[in-house]
Formats: sequence, structure tokens, C-alpha cells
Amino acid sequence: MRTIHRKLLRDLTELRGQVAAIAVVIAAGVMMLIIAVTTLDAISLTKERFYRDSAFADVFVDLKRAPEGLIQRLVEIPGVNQVETRVKAPVRMEVPEYENPVRGEIISIPDGRQPTLNRLYLREGFLPEAGRWDQVAISEPFSQAHGLRAGDTLTVIIRGRLETLTVTGVVLSPEYVYQLGPADLLPDYERFGVLWMNRRALANAFGMDGAFNNVVLTLRAGVREEPVIDALDQLLGPYGGIGAHGRDDQPSHFFLSMELDQLRVMAVILPTIFLAVSAFLLNVLMGRIIRIQRQQVAVLKAFGYGNRDMAIHYGLLTGLIVLVGSALGTGLGAWAADALAAVYMEYFRFPEMSFRLQPRVILLAVGVAGAAAAVGTARAVYGAVRLPPAEAMRPPAPEHFRQGWLERSRLGALLDQPTRIIVRNLSRHRYKAGLSVLGIGLSAALLLLGSYQFGAVTQMIDVQYRLVQKMDINLHFTDPTPERALAELRVMPGVQYVEGFRNVPVRLASGRHDYRTTILGMDARPGLYGLIDADYRSVRLPPDGLVLTDYLAGHLGVRPGDRVQVEIMEGHRRTVGVEVAATVSEPIGVSAYMERRALNRLMREGPAITGTWLLTDAGQHPDLFDRLWEVPRVASIGLILDAESAIRTYIEDTVLIFMAVLLVLAGSIAFAVVYNNARIAFAERARELATLRVLGFTRAEIAWILIGELVLLTLLAIPVGWLVGTGFALLLNEAMSMDMFRLPFLITPRTYAFAAAGVLLATALSVVLIGHRLRRLDMVSALKTVE
Amino acid sequence: MDAGMEVRGQGGRQVVFATRGLTKVYLTGDVEIHALRGVDMELYAGELTVMLGASGSGKSTLLNILGGLDSATDGQVLYGEQDLVRAGDRVLTAFRRDHVGFVFQFYNLISSLTARENVAIVTEISRNPMTPEDALALVGLEKRMDHFPSQLSGGEQQRVAIARAIAKQPAVLLCDEPTGALDSKTGVQVLEAIEHVNRELDTTTAVITHNVVIAEMADRVIRLSDGLVSDVHVNERRRPPSELSW
Repeated sequence: MRTIHRKLLRDLTELRGQVAAIAVVIAAGVMMLIIAVTTLDAISLTKERFYRDSAFADVFVDLKRAPEGLIQRLVEIPGVNQVETRVKAPVRMEVPEYENPVRGEIISIPDGRQPTLNRLYLREGFLPEAGRWDQVAISEPFSQAHGLRAGDTLTVIIRGRLETLTVTGVVLSPEYVYQLGPADLLPDYERFGVLWMNRRALANAFGMDGAFNNVVLTLRAGVREEPVIDALDQLLGPYGGIGAHGRDDQPSHFFLSMELDQLRVMAVILPTIFLAVSAFLLNVLMGRIIRIQRQQVAVLKAFGYGNRDMAIHYGLLTGLIVLVGSALGTGLGAWAADALAAVYMEYFRFPEMSFRLQPRVILLAVGVAGAAAAVGTARAVYGAVRLPPAEAMRPPAPEHFRQGWLERSRLGALLDQPTRIIVRNLSRHRYKAGLSVLGIGLSAALLLLGSYQFGAVTQMIDVQYRLVQKMDINLHFTDPTPERALAELRVMPGVQYVEGFRNVPVRLASGRHDYRTTILGMDARPGLYGLIDADYRSVRLPPDGLVLTDYLAGHLGVRPGDRVQVEIMEGHRRTVGVEVAATVSEPIGVSAYMERRALNRLMREGPAITGTWLLTDAGQHPDLFDRLWEVPRVASIGLILDAESAIRTYIEDTVLIFMAVLLVLAGSIAFAVVYNNARIAFAERARELATLRVLGFTRAEIAWILIGELVLLTLLAIPVGWLVGTGFALLLNEAMSMDMFRLPFLITPRTYAFAAAGVLLATALSVVLIGHRLRRLDMVSALKTVE
Repeated sequence: MDAGMEVRGQGGRQVVFATRGLTKVYLTGDVEIHALRGVDMELYAGELTVMLGASGSGKSTLLNILGGLDSATDGQVLYGEQDLVRAGDRVLTAFRRDHVGFVFQFYNLISSLTARENVAIVTEISRNPMTPEDALALVGLEKRMDHFPSQLSGGEQQRVAIARAIAKQPAVLLCDEPTGALDSKTGVQVLEAIEHVNRELDTTTAVITHNVVIAEMADRVIRLSDGLVSDVHVNERRRPPSELSW
């Protein structure tokens, strides 16, 4: 090995603290990119594969009842590839050893075999056998939630009739990757399950012999779905069709896509911020490391090493550091991405996860890190080789110092000499000090970015469940029901207050934009549901017209006073124009609201309701549930408290885990930057500090010169970090406003305090580590050698 | 580049270096320092020259310019027939690599390399080097070759620096206050190493110092003051360094 390469390795060993710190900065940037892109890629890839392997349908439609013979007409619709008619039945279940009500959905499969579309993936056991009337396959999350295995039995109530069914197998379906009950926002595997049963058995139990109430179909390659949907709606309208829709409106696919969109945003924004910050820091850090070696560059030049030799030497040094950092980042990134994808798999049920590391992502990450390091190195090496060697070897002439305003001020008179040294050092090297402040500030900004969502999420959920949804139980009926049902409910055990609502599935359209949602019709001054504006003030429901969440109004491009087309997706389908009366700001969901009577008029019906909100005494819940269970019209019973905790868990598991990773990375960067800064400050000042020791200053006094400078830089950096971090957070927040959640842009004082505490802690740790070096500072040797 | 071996000075001796009207002006902060104000001098082949001057006389500047470590403001430095003042960075780098050896007051060893490696880092890029081992043996350090600079005394470090400077078998050896950081006894050992190299390898050697005693070991003494050559004196006899003390 050439001696100059040996020098390289020894330098790396000698500088290992700093090299490690720089490698951490690189690793964090690379890791962020790899995590984001790889997680996204893993979920997309897994989704694509499952959809393909299971022949996931393109178009879906529910209807009341149509004769099986109609299938021929469906097949003949131009553009249709394969069609499958099914029977789908809402059921209630009793699960052994589980107290609470469980809802379910049974879907038919051809007798004894796999369906053509939406094929099931068998995790365990087998599909119901041909000719058997008492067998079902159940969805995997439901089986796990209740510990149900093949061979166990379930009691199912179909149209009021109790059936005891045997579980033959545990399956996964592309329709229920995200297994969501009707009207739920989040999966509840205990209270909602999906079952598959032989078509003849189900049709018989559900009164659908020779008929179907659900169709799924695939399209030929290159065919647009809209004309097919229109044809389907025309054909099935007379049979109670409630509007065909594409995959975009299929609940599982919708939520999966939304999650992927969110990940996609994070995969662009977070790594961009991270890589940009680490690139900047890398540039600064590499520059400083090489500047300390200015003397060595001069010596090597004096002996005939050329500028090219020096460029190669330091290029290699940088390259090795980048390599170490990138390898670390790639390894840790792949590991974290794998773990994070596994968390997503908890919510999105796929047969298996496809996971791959894309070389181009690694190359991109390494390329950015390498380029940033190269620029920093090149500038410093150029600075070192540009000087004639004799000049580079000479100790630099004493720098210009003068008294700044601080020292001339009255406050200045109070400064002791060491403090004066600090102030002058910083004011003399304004550019360098500025870079240090910016570097530390950026790491504080990353800390803020990584932590602000924790506060914002709490705020969002608090608003939703304290100000918007004030009920504690949420009942949905199977069909529109007369208002008198409210009176029945009022006398049930533990019920304190009851309020009815009318919920209508609609498609809202304005110009080229449309959106499928529901209009919630409620009392003019609802007691259990709050409509709020952006400042959390209560909004009155106008007697007529539509109230939209501001997110939805933005999506449709409408403002109060504009009209939207409301396509009613229930009963007799019609489209009517309705004026937008107001907008509201709620953080979760994309609903539209109307006064209930106005909605009833729009539906051309009497004062009907489709559900109620209850305020109850939790102590009497078991009795209440028993009674509710006996009401045939009750389709679902939702416990808001459960929903709230489910939503918290969901966000904690997905977004916040991501943020926690980010936070760890931000913390590492903060420490790396502060520590490096401290090391370099020490190297630059060692001689001066040794001189002061010789002159009789105590260790504590000279330590103050160094530590005081570091602390001062950190204190200056904190507001910079707050400012930049707020900008980063705003950027992320804007980009991450999704259909389901809109995080309020809220940075709590605690978040600011946390970011500040993070860099202060990093400073404290660095000071401890540097203190060790200060204690070993050898006065004589530091003065003897010019280094 | 070849040192023009045909250039002859007074007495027919071969001239290795010649300067003509050499000036150097520094800007240190706001202060203009006239380090050299028109120096004319020669160095002859195989000769050991001591350049004597007080602090600030310009002797280090002169040495740095001769060695291609620094640029001149005006005048000529002829190495053979090549004018170093007008040479570009590539020419100067090649000149340093192949023709000059340096010894600095503060040794300037690379602390992460052992004695042997500090020499090897130079021999590896030279055209016709001796081995690092031979070079270190010449300065009497054959037993300390694998020590790091921090494990060597000041005198030993300076001898490593001399070994490093002569290992490439340079045409000229330039020493800037080589004993400046050493005590008298150690300084003598270092001077002996320089003298030994000059005698054994016939390397043209220039030593700058402010120490008048050292002048006695030279063939010729050039005195500098205020950026000018004030006197050139030829010693009748070179005194061996072992006889010197200060």
C-alpha cells in the first residue's frame, strides 16, 4: 500500500469521532430516502401482485335484487371482460366468548370453488365444500381477533334466522385488504368480520334464490370505466342498483390508495429535506476537516506532491466516509423499511409482502451525499492547495480584531477576558459562526419536524371527538326508518339523550370534479354533533342548502353561493342541483351536511332517519346492547370511545412511527453536527488555550472559552431552528392533507421546547466529550509544534 | 527539467542557483513588508552554504523562494537555466518533487505516519530515491524507524525530516533553521547529519540560521540583513559540527 494511502487510513482512525459523526449525517439522509421509497415500493408492489393474482375486479355495484338471467345482458356491455354476480348479505354474529355485538358481511362464492374475480387467498384450511349449507370461510384479521380456526363454529343471524356455521378456512381477499365495516373509518377486526359461503346456501338463507344483489366485473385492456358504469347504472337502475363505481370508490382500495398517496408525499418531502440538510452539513463538515489539515497539505506539496495528488487523496478520504455513511444508511434504511412495511401490513392485509431494495434509490442517495461531500471537500482542498506551500506552513498572521458594539456598550464592561475572547472569535469569524449556527439550527429544525405531528395529532383527535362527534354511541339502521323509532330508543336502559340523523350516499359534482360521500341530515341545532369553523367556533346549520367540509369544497372548487350537482345513490337515483350554504372545518372525514327536514324533502320522503346518536350511561352498556341487538333494523352499533382509541392507535402505528424514526435520525444529526463543531473548535483553539494555560489561566477558565462559544452558538441556533423547522412542518402539513385526515397546523410550545432541548442536550454531551480532551491538553507540546 | 550543468560562476565552479534582483513584498493585513529588496546570490554545486541573518532579515523568504515554496514579487531565480519566478505550478511541483529537499524548523512530520513512512511518502513519488531505510540509517535512526513522531525526541524528529529531505537524492538540500527548536547538543547531532549528507552525497546544501556559531561549519557564509545580501564570506576551513556549541 502506498504510504499516502496509509496516511489516509490513519487519518480516518484519528478522526474517527468526527468521521463517525459525518457518517451518521450521511446515513440519516440516505436512510430517510430508503425508508420512504422502499416502504412505498413494498406496499405498492405487494398490492399490485395481490390484485393481479386474485383477479381483483375493476367495477363494483350493489343493487336490491335482479334475476340471474340478467347476467347475459351484463356480459354484453361493450368493454366488459369478465362478470361475476354475487349475493352479499349483512349479518350479525355471535362469537363464542365475546360479549359485544359483532357485525359481518357474507359474500357468496360459487359452490365449492374459487370465484372468477376477487379470488380468495387461502391462509389456512379450505373453501366451503360443494353442496354444504353450513360452512364458511372467514377473513384472516377477524379469525385472529377472535382466535377462530378452521373447525370452529359461529352463530350467524341472517334475516333474523339463527344459523350455526362451521369455519372451513381462513382467507384473504383483495376486496378487504383494508377490512372496513360499512360507515367505519377504521378497521375493527373484533366487531366486524367478512365471511364467504356457497352461493346456493347463502341465496337460500337470504331469500335470493335465482337472483343476485351484487356484481363485480373486469374491463378489457384499455377500456375506460365511465361508459361501462353508465351502462351498468342504466341496466341495473330498475333493479335497485345504487350506482356502480370503479376501484377508486371501493372502500379498501380507496383507503389503501390514500395511504399510498400519503406515503408518496412523505417519500418526496422528508428525504428531500433530510438529504438537503445532510448535504449542507456534509459540505460544511468536510470543508472544516480538511482546513485543519492545511499544514499537511503544504508539507506534501513542499515535497513535490501536485494539486492532483492532493485532490485524489482528499477525494478518497471523502469517498470512504461517504461509503461508510451510505452503507450504514442503506442497511439501517432497509431494516427500518422492512419493519415499517410490516406495521402497514397489520392494517393492510396481504398474503405476503414483496420487499425489494431498488438500486437506483441507493444510487440516488449515495450520489446526493457524494456530491455534497465532494463540493465541501473540493472547496477546502482548493483553498489549501491554492496557497504557496510556504505561506500555508506559516502560522496565519494574527487576525484582525476590533471591539464590537457589545464590548463598547455598558454591558461590555462586565465581560471578563475569556468572555471577550468568545465574543471576538465569533464576531471575527462571522461567516464560519453563521454556518455553525445554521448547521445546528437545521438539526433543531429536523427535530421540530419530527416531533410537531405528535402534538398536532392529539389536537386533531381532540377536536374531532370533543367538538365534532359528541355522542358516545352511533347507531345505523338497515333502512330509512320513521322518526318514532327515537321514542323507542329513549326508554332503553342507560339512554340519556337521543338524536336522529338521515344519511344519504351521494356523488357530488361540480364541473369536472366529483366526489362520493354521504350527506348527513341532522337537527338544525344538533346537540351531539358539532359543526365548527377553522377557529373551532360553532357554525349554525342553515335551514336549506348544503354545508361542505372546506376540504371537500376545495376539492370540488366551489364556494358558498355556488351550486353543486347531487347525485343520489339510493332508491330512485336522481340528480339535483343544491346550493352550497356554508363550509365547515373538521379535521377528520369528508362529509356534507344538511338540515334533516331539508334532506328529507330532497329525498321526497317524510321525516325519516337512518341512524341515531345516543348519550348513554356506560355502566348500563351490556343491558343496552342486549336490547339494541333485538331491534331488527339496527345494522350497526358504534362506540365512539372505541373509534377514538382505534384512530389514535392507527395514527400512532403508521404516521407517528414514521415520525419517530425521523426523530431518531434528527437527533443523531443534531448530535453529529454539534459534536463535530465542538471538535473542530477545539482543534482550532488548542494552541491558544494551551498558551492561556501557560499564562496561568485555570482549566475552568479556558474550558469556558470553548464551552461558552459552543453554548452561545447553540443558543443562537435555536431560534433559527424554530423558524426553519416551522417552515419544514408547514410544507409537510400542506402536502399531507388527505381525504381522511387533515392535521391542523399546530406547533405547541412543547414542540418548540423539545427541539431546543434536543440541541442543548447534544451540546451538553459534546461538552462532556470535549471536556475530556481539555483535561488532557498538554501545554508544552501544544506550544512547541506549529500545527 | 534539468539543472543546466553548464552554468559556471567565479572560479569555474558550477552554479546551481542564482538570484538576480530578487524582491518579495508581503501584505500582512494592512502592513506591506518588504522581505527581499533585490537579492543577488549564487549557490555552487556540492557546497555547504550558511545564510546568516537576524530575525526578519528575509532569509526564510529567500529559502522558500529558492525551493519553489513561495513566489517572488520581482527578479529572477535561476535554477540552472530555468527561471523559477516565471514558472507555473506544474513546473514548480515537478521541481520540488525531483530536485529539492527541505528541512523545516518545526520538522513538519506527518504525525499519522511512522519515521519510515514519513520518508516513504516522499520516496514513492521520486525518480531515483534511496530506500527509506538507507536514508534513516544515514541520519543514525535505523533503530527508530517504526516510531511515530510523537514517540521521537525533537532531535530525532528533525533527523527524520533530514532523511525525508535527502531520500530522494535531491540536487539541493534547503534547511530552514534546522536547529532552531533544539537544544545545543541535539542541534549538533542534527548538523552532523546535514554535514554527513553533504559530504557523502555531495548534495548542494543551504542552511539558514540566525546562529553565528553554525556559520563555522559552512564553505561559504552569506549574510542577509533587511532583505539584502550584506556580506559573503568564504571560510578557510569547515569546522566539524562536533566542535561547535552555543
